[in-house]
Amino acid sequence: MIAILKYNAGNVTSVENAVQNLGYSTIVTDDVKALRSADKVIFPGVGEASSAMKYLKEKGLDQVIRALTQPVLGICLGMQLMCDSSEEGETEGLGIFDAKVLKFPATALVPQMGWNNFTSLKGKLFDGINLENDCYFVHSYYAEICPDTVAVTDYILPFSAALQKNNFYATQFHPEKSAKIGLQILNNFLKL
Amino acid sequence: MLKKRIIPCLDIKDNRTVKGINFENIVDAGDPIELAQRYVLEGADELVFLDITATQEKRKTLTELVRKIAAEINIPFTVGGGINSLEDAKAIIESGADKISVNSAAILNPELITEISKQYGNQCVVVAIDTKFVNGEWMVFRSGGKISTGLKAVDWAKKAADLGAGEILLTSMNNDGTRAGFACEITKQISEAVSIPVIASGGAGTREHFAEVFQETNATGALAASVFHFGQIPIPELKNYLKTQNIPIRI
Repeated sequence: MIAILKYNAGNVTSVENAVQNLGYSTIVTDDVKALRSADKVIFPGVGEASSAMKYLKEKGLDQVIRALTQPVLGICLGMQLMCDSSEEGETEGLGIFDAKVLKFPATALVPQMGWNNFTSLKGKLFDGINLENDCYFVHSYYAEICPDTVAVTDYILPFSAALQKNNFYATQFHPEKSAKIGLQILNNFLKL
Repeated sequence: MLKKRIIPCLDIKDNRTVKGINFENIVDAGDPIELAQRYVLEGADELVFLDITATQEKRKTLTELVRKIAAEINIPFTVGGGINSLEDAKAIIESGADKISVNSAAILNPELITEISKQYGNQCVVVAIDTKFVNGEWMVFRSGGKISTGLKAVDWAKKAADLGAGEILLTSMNNDGTRAGFACEITKQISEAVSIPVIASGGAGTREHFAEVFQETNATGALAASVFHFGQIPIPELKNYLKTQNIPIRI
């Protein structure tokens, strides 16, 4: 069973569809028991960081996420919330990854919206993926490069396209919206 | 490097894909889900679905279709046509659309742009602008191009961006359906005037037209319908060609 965290940031339909299309059953939940007992947990999110973080804290989900021991995948805002802090609404994050989330300088169009490739890649999440492959990004804030960075993409500046530490994985791009390449990355996670 | 986007547009009427010329003479162009799946396989970067007969009674059919599309395709897609309120936007987004596009309703009630972007984020809100060159000015038309608004296209695009639009979908009514090329002049003006992505639409007839709009303007995406639906320009061939022209493109 793959648990998809239900909270106040965006809808999770696309993530759910993609995971199901890969042959896994899903449950969209904020129930602590269900989250703890799932084989994998996906922490998606499209929305605003400080209000999402506030919601997670109110529900006690911040503690629950930090304490998960199975593979966890944060996507987009989910990834940003797993970092130390975010400039979006000046909020602290879950502190799983040792990176700050900063706003892109407005020297090009912000948000970055569209398909972009990688300048470096490593780790199991990217088995069979190469630097030329493109994934779909939509974001105005980025996680700085840190020791947990496993993929780098360039837009205005190099930033963390993916992070990994222990059982925690995260992508800034949307694997569920990145056609075949995205499904492969999602499948790599689901097979961990 | 961030890639330029090739975006097939599917006009939807009674759950079928249709295509008109200069916003008229509508003909059937197939099942939207089949067509959408074909485009995904061919390498489309995003899809736009515009419900051209959207009325309140049809709203439910549209959300059903959006749900089916979301279940079948794994690239981002925008849904527009008859979105008049936050409630309408909510129904479409919660059915699985990544973005909604607003046109006439945003002209009549610009606050709608702010309301939707506050709720779902700027990246969710595409403001579609239909423009026509009249007496030396690119002016905005609404209601399927039937009603003149008196607004200048550049002014409206800037205002929409200020109000919270995440993207502008700019259609030149003069060029739409002609296959004579995109309206590069106004696309250039608007894409330089706003700091959000602009998608050029209307007039694509050859692969060179796509190269031209990317080389001459700051548009980050180009949208077309009939040249894709009827197979005149296969998407893989178009993308390979653009790559040879040194335009960043996803293959």
